[in-house]
Amino acid sequence: MLKEGEFRIPSGCAISGIIDKKGKRFSGEEIIKSIALMHERSNGLGGGFAAYGIYPQYKELYAFHIFYDNLSVKSQVEDFLTKHFEIESAGNIPTKSVPNIKDQPLIWRYFVSPKIYMSKEEVMDEDEFTSRRVIRINTEYKGAYVLSSGKNMGAFKGVGYPEDIGEFFMLDRYEAYMWTAHGRFPTNTPGWWGGAHPFTMLNWSVVHNGEISSYDANRRFVEMFGYKCTLQTDTEVITYLFDLLVRKHKMPLEKALKAVAAPFWDDIERESKEVQNELKSIRTVYASALINGPFSIVLGCAKGMIALNDRIKLRSLVAAEKGDRTYIASEESAIKIICDNPDKIWSPKGGEAVIALLEGGNNEPKF
Amino acid sequence: MNLNFNSPLFEVIRDEKKCVKCKLCVVQCSNKVHLYDEKKDIFKVDDMKCVNCHRCAVLCPTKALVIKKYPLEYRENAMWTDSTIKEIYKQSQTGGVLLSSMGNPNPFPVYWDKMLLNASQVTNPSIDPLREPMETKVMIGRKPEKLEFDSKGKLTTKMYPQVELSVPVMFAAMSYGAISKNAHEALARAADDLGICYNTGEGGLNKDFYKYGKNTVVQVASGRFGVHKEYLNAGVAIEIKIGQGAKPGIGGHLPGRKVGEDVSYTRMIPAGSDAISPALHHDIYSIEDLRQLIFSLKEVTRYEKPIFVKIAAVHNAAAIASGAVRAGSDAIVVDGFRGGTGAAPTRVRDNVGIPIELALASIDQRLREEGIRNQVSLLISGSVRNSADIVKAIALGADAVCIGTAALIALGCHMCRTCVAGKCNWGIATQDPELVKRLDPEVMYKRLVNLVSAWNHEIQELLGGMGINAVDSLRGNRLMLAGIDLNEKELKILGIKYAGE
Amino acid sequence: METIDALDVYYRKLNDSIDSAIKTDKNITLSGVFGQRYIGRGLSKGVKIKIQGTPGNDMAAYMDGAEIEVFGNAQDAVGNTMNAGRIVIHGRCGDTLGYSMRGGEIYVEGNVGYRVGIHMKEYKDMKPVIVAGGKAGDFLGEYMAGGAIILLGLDLAEGEEIIGRFCGTGIHGGKIYINGNPDKYNFGKEVEKVSLTDEDIAFLRNHVDLYAKFFKKDLSYLKLEAFAKYAAVNKNPYFNMYCSN
Repeated sequence: MLKEGEFRIPSGCAISGIIDKKGKRFSGEEIIKSIALMHERSNGLGGGFAAYGIYPQYKELYAFHIFYDNLSVKSQVEDFLTKHFEIESAGNIPTKSVPNIKDQPLIWRYFVSPKIYMSKEEVMDEDEFTSRRVIRINTEYKGAYVLSSGKNMGAFKGVGYPEDIGEFFMLDRYEAYMWTAHGRFPTNTPGWWGGAHPFTMLNWSVVHNGEISSYDANRRFVEMFGYKCTLQTDTEVITYLFDLLVRKHKMPLEKALKAVAAPFWDDIERESKEVQNELKSIRTVYASALINGPFSIVLGCAKGMIALNDRIKLRSLVAAEKGDRTYIASEESAIKIICDNPDKIWSPKGGEAVIALLEGGNNEPKF
Repeated sequence: MNLNFNSPLFEVIRDEKKCVKCKLCVVQCSNKVHLYDEKKDIFKVDDMKCVNCHRCAVLCPTKALVIKKYPLEYRENAMWTDSTIKEIYKQSQTGGVLLSSMGNPNPFPVYWDKMLLNASQVTNPSIDPLREPMETKVMIGRKPEKLEFDSKGKLTTKMYPQVELSVPVMFAAMSYGAISKNAHEALARAADDLGICYNTGEGGLNKDFYKYGKNTVVQVASGRFGVHKEYLNAGVAIEIKIGQGAKPGIGGHLPGRKVGEDVSYTRMIPAGSDAISPALHHDIYSIEDLRQLIFSLKEVTRYEKPIFVKIAAVHNAAAIASGAVRAGSDAIVVDGFRGGTGAAPTRVRDNVGIPIELALASIDQRLREEGIRNQVSLLISGSVRNSADIVKAIALGADAVCIGTAALIALGCHMCRTCVAGKCNWGIATQDPELVKRLDPEVMYKRLVNLVSAWNHEIQELLGGMGINAVDSLRGNRLMLAGIDLNEKELKILGIKYAGE
Repeated sequence: METIDALDVYYRKLNDSIDSAIKTDKNITLSGVFGQRYIGRGLSKGVKIKIQGTPGNDMAAYMDGAEIEVFGNAQDAVGNTMNAGRIVIHGRCGDTLGYSMRGGEIYVEGNVGYRVGIHMKEYKDMKPVIVAGGKAGDFLGEYMAGGAIILLGLDLAEGEEIIGRFCGTGIHGGKIYINGNPDKYNFGKEVEKVSLTDEDIAFLRNHVDLYAKFFKKDLSYLKLEAFAKYAAVNKNPYFNMYCSN
């Protein structure tokens, strides 16, 4: 059977996210409970988590989580890593045996920094250097897949229900200030672990519900800027869109959101001249970045969490706040199960983002 | 003796039982096919002159007239067909270069019909186009590579001028001269009503139509007829016509008999004199010269108008388009080998150029590979027949399409393909005041509005079915297309998969 | 009255338990409900269910006369294709509330989501009613073909809009009553504002009183005669859009 990337697999899903805006860390137990409640929205063919703040001791280093199909590709990739990066630490990611989780690949973790002379030679910053190497591993080394590559964050995913995947990776033993989770309902799947969500790139992670209809328009747009959509999944292209707009083009986040969930032309006409000009410009220049069709996404980055619905709200999304925490989920009950009495609970409007960023801190963390 | 070997193309049949002898056919036919013999009280018909324009048949109050293919046939021969033989007769008799009107009629593959569209089922919902917002507006013009914002998040990039089209459709360039003033007026008024643009073609802009400026694209072709500062600033964009799908590499020739007082005034050439457009712009011998012309136009219009470059779809269209973008063109208009014309040498029309579908696919892909597709708009023309063709064109990568033939058909053209004669009975491709009068712009512009509005509804229906609510998300979205009856090579060029794959 | 503890119970098992419970006692309470789907689906007249927690999607789908009271918020597609009965929600409610319902009544104390009352319809004496105390999201009463939606807009903050955009788009039957006067811009082109009749006011009085009773509110200050009423311009809104081929 062909795997993700060799053809396109539509899928539906459940998503959930929690952030403590003060940066206080908490275990993965709650996010597992939240996503598990929406069991019915997954079908056991993919589950995963992104966790931010889990590696404070290595927070200056890129944390690579890598799946290997066999030892031979592992040694090839390690040769590649050694050539391009200083490897501070390497080891397998601890897992525990869970009845429903089978056929796991080799799962390794590396804390690395780019070889400075190389990134200087290529005149690119470390992020760009690292992201290009990650894309190379994922496209050139068959049987190897980098599932996350950010700093002080990591993705954990695989084939199975998300609650089982969470248990498999023992996420209750990790502490993060932000967790996002995904339960997948693909229409078919070859059972490839790399195909599960979240999809990540550097510090970005995306979990997403819905199948977007603009996929190929978005894909062909980002591919003009050096990305290669190897997985052919919505999450992959959405991640690249944000990486392009916010990291490469340096658009303020709220403007990037106006590109991917653009206001209607009619609504734009009713704005003041200045706002109108700005929104018109965004829609005109980034027309191909509009994500169309039903979606709700939770975008994670070092700064925090952004949740967004398509502009006519064809997917459900509920947000809640309690104390320093912001919660997001496909269903209200998935929030209530871990937060029984929120200060505020609401359904965000279509196209209107819920932005929950870390507060304070002298040094603004990068996206 | 110079024998005319040719036989009529058509036979006019009158049903005497139905005919009420109103003689409308006699009055209506500019080709003098119908004659009435007062003395004998009978109608005579000169089949030789009939062009099958249907004017008489359509207007006949009792529908007593039928026009059929002339039954006289040559002996069946797959190689030496009727038209092949007749063309030899004509050329051997006159020594002339064959001229034809309208687009290439030969049975080449129509790739539009070999692509099928996708629709949503379950995994992503379709969107109800009648009740939910469904945006078909497009912005034509150059886009910066990216937008920049200051530290306060305020936009600092100054945008290039854009032409806003409420529907991804424009009326294709057709000059005053090739078509009548009334036809132009209908196009202009319809464009105004629809929020789109029409294109003056190369014949200048009649003073009466300056008021439709915000819906006008003015053309600059090699003959520079009627081109002056006021003209260049009259519309919302300027199109440099390098080539035309019906006659790539060939200039134009409006015969002096079509240059009456008003055409003369508009084109700024003496009445009765031929209007000859050179095959090339003599200030463009290379791509850097194109840049020089583009920027001279930008200078004279103070950088307020996007400059389009129209090229014919020829073999290396992708490279040419790329060059045009780099030369500063804000939009590329590519006209396919089936594009219409008032007159073109038959051999050129029927043998030069490539199908627009393939040209479009390869240009879009090439510009993407070069990373410049997003900086420019891409328009296509050349026999876009209906809304499905438009949707397919956009999915292949076009921003919008231009329609010429379809617009003329809406105005009453019956595709007799004898525009070159200038005796258009429908008042379209003629300068004869008596014939022009037959086209009432007041009535006819509404037909254009109806046509484009109906197509817009259909585009919305198709978009909704795909689960898309803005045409932006269709552009270049080739997953929405599947090929049928295409070989591997064609699929590869079109960048689409086979149906069911 | 039997109480069923729904905590951690899979929805199929929960719905089975409800089926068996109502054989002996038609009045039941569910506690600890978290997202279980289809509660009350197809249940008939006489059954009364009280729910503590957050019932899942498609609550009361195809419901045929039963009564459900939710002490909490409800999720999406409540009352989907409901035929008869009554739902009272002490909280807010998600999207597509009352999708295609053709009978019965739904009372929501607070706000309601997108596409509420979408394609609700009436047939003979079956006339569905939705009453919501707060505001509604976009596409309220989309494709509406019958019945009535009453939106009270209580306790809106300054500048908060009572409806979203595209209200009544595609409406070809039924009525929408709004306690406010939203901008024309927010409505679909198929809707028009019509004047209230005495019959409308009596209808509003009846349902507003019931709302007040269910949620124990004093709404006597509401000026029912100032409500705006919206209805379809035309029963066949797309007649002129087509030409036969």
